[in-house]
Amino acid sequence: MYYATTPSLSKEQADAFGRELDAIRRHVLADLGERDADYIRGVIRTQRRLEVAGRSLLFFSFIPPAWLGGVTALSLSKILDNMEIGHNVMHGQYDWINDPELNGRRFEWDNACPADQWRHSHNYLHHTYTNVLGKDRDVGYGILRMSERQPWRLYYLGNPLYAALLAIFFQYGVAVHDLELDRIVAGEITLGEKRDLLDGVWDKVRRQTIKDYVLFPLLSGPSAPLVLAGNASANLVRNLWAFTTIFCGHFPDGTVQFTEEETIEETRGQWYYRQLLGSADLTGGKLFHILSGNLSHQIEHHLFPDLPSHRYAEIAVEVREICRRNGLPYNAGPLRKQFGSVVRKIARLALPKGEA
Amino acid sequence: MTPPGLPTPLAPLRSPARRLLRSGLLEALAAPHGVDRYLELVHPTRSLRGPQAELIAVRRQTVDSVTMTLRPSDGWHGFRAGQFIRLTIEVAGVLETRCYSPACGEQAEGQVEITVKAHPAGKVSRYLNEHARPGMVVGMSAAGGDFVLPRERPERLLLISSGSGITPVMSMLRTLCAEGHGGTVTFLHYARTGEDVVYRPELAEIAARHPNVRIVLVHTREATAGGLAGHISREHLHRVGADHRRAHTYVCGAPGLIAWVRATWAEDGIEQLLHVESFLPASFTVGGAGTEGSVDFARSGERVLSDGGSLLEQAEQAGLCPQFGCRMGICRICTCRKTAGSVRNVLNGEISGAEEEDIQICVSVPVGDVELAL
Repeated sequence: MYYATTPSLSKEQADAFGRELDAIRRHVLADLGERDADYIRGVIRTQRRLEVAGRSLLFFSFIPPAWLGGVTALSLSKILDNMEIGHNVMHGQYDWINDPELNGRRFEWDNACPADQWRHSHNYLHHTYTNVLGKDRDVGYGILRMSERQPWRLYYLGNPLYAALLAIFFQYGVAVHDLELDRIVAGEITLGEKRDLLDGVWDKVRRQTIKDYVLFPLLSGPSAPLVLAGNASANLVRNLWAFTTIFCGHFPDGTVQFTEEETIEETRGQWYYRQLLGSADLTGGKLFHILSGNLSHQIEHHLFPDLPSHRYAEIAVEVREICRRNGLPYNAGPLRKQFGSVVRKIARLALPKGEA
Repeated sequence: MTPPGLPTPLAPLRSPARRLLRSGLLEALAAPHGVDRYLELVHPTRSLRGPQAELIAVRRQTVDSVTMTLRPSDGWHGFRAGQFIRLTIEVAGVLETRCYSPACGEQAEGQVEITVKAHPAGKVSRYLNEHARPGMVVGMSAAGGDFVLPRERPERLLLISSGSGITPVMSMLRTLCAEGHGGTVTFLHYARTGEDVVYRPELAEIAARHPNVRIVLVHTREATAGGLAGHISREHLHRVGADHRRAHTYVCGAPGLIAWVRATWAEDGIEQLLHVESFLPASFTVGGAGTEGSVDFARSGERVLSDGGSLLEQAEQAGLCPQFGCRMGICRICTCRKTAGSVRNVLNGEISGAEEEDIQICVSVPVGDVELAL
């Protein structure tokens, strides 16, 4: 059986595990209703208000507290837009509401990555081939060494530097995700083959740049430089926060990476088990979970990517219990601990040591 | 809440404020979400996407119906008597869209009156009957449909309806009366009992005031004062003096009524004088030969054995969430690509070829194996 370092499950055990999870899924699906619709609409309302408040305050940037308040509100707005709203809506978690504004196939977010490319690289590739080296591009985003099982090269000496740059420019890192720049550099594919994707990214980046760095600063007149700095800060805060929570999803100590061979002829139960082994949760309060887009419940999100995210907290109780009963690992810890182990891993893997 | 994917005519540019709201500058400032999502913070009906409406009055004419007066937001272009609108209402978290014919006359400016009868299995109709109250905001589409009177009003008109099918012909009757139309109008309406007739006092008043209008109410489950009883027949037509061979006839009502009228008018060779509005119930099942087979939902990898229901229902039963709107073949929101196989359109009975084409899955049932890009 695969996953050598973890409790291995027989096919029958994996099937039984899968059946228990399927039961949770059915139960939640049958219960979807007003509560879920009200929740996501409420989050969207809050996000829009924060955005209006943030941009309004930035008009008075010449008063320092207004600048700080504006940046805070706008940062929170962008975080909510990307994490709890955009990411989850684009998973189709609210398609059943039948509202075009909440439809996963139509939603667009305030992020440099075009929604349609995101749906391909994230919903399809990352969620299907989670933590499978060579298939899941979220493992290091094509630029980092995030697993001992990735062969070391001299290039990886810069691992911590690349990670820091990725964190700062995270939305652009996500945006070029599907371009597979590493493969272009390696000469495996040409830029021409990715022309359409590039056009999409360029269009999206252009719009956001015009909005955040030209129009809103110009409209504020003499405060223009302060507004520009404020908008840049909000984008930066969102980038750092998204990087932090997302890297805690699959890379803390204890999470497992897989090879393609290990996932051949995987059953549904084994797929569930791979999602469990490859993901890690963050513990924290309700507000923390919302701001992380409920990616703090990464395990539950990977087991049930299309169930409304605010249900994950309830689902987690049941998943933990199933894992406890079956003696399966359940990787969860506070942000400080989990992120600390990610940072240490990034630094450690810069060196050849640890190669499998 | 806005009706999903509807053709929404641009609202007229009535004011500088509106012009500003529609400018590219604001779009760029609101990107990627659109100006509407911010206007909604101010007021739910402040939306540029298309008409929405606020309920301003709610009354009950019969025990199982509710009559609502709606005030559409800016951008409403009115309607022609007989047309329908789509209302979008949130029921248990899900946006549901249904078609309703306004019952008011065309002259009702800036207002629309809708009467909704509660059907035992009707999610939306029951919800409205229980929960409609002034102040409620609903999504509302522009008016559509070609069940309308000619601009030049015919000299002889026969309006036939049953049950809740009264609303579009009521609208026609009110419109004609308000116009001072002088031609002959025969209004023949079927209801189970006298208690079930909506607009009864108003119909009596119209009959009294307009000598050119003859109104006949028939009760199918009890004796009627006028002597007519039971379902529509040639005798009924004869006794109301409808002269149906020379009149323009407009029919809306139960499937049985419509089938009889279609057959009779065909028999008499006067189909060109007949105009029909038929709203199918939301759920139907076709059994019998040709419905066996499997349905492949290619994108999601689901596959089910056909149960003879609509492809939309079968997709939902398979756990998919396809887009849908009216669920009766009108709005085309559920349109999706059929990549293989034949389907039968339940509205007209036509069986499609096996080639790749877009179909409305809410009114298509599979004939043999079918593959959909869902």
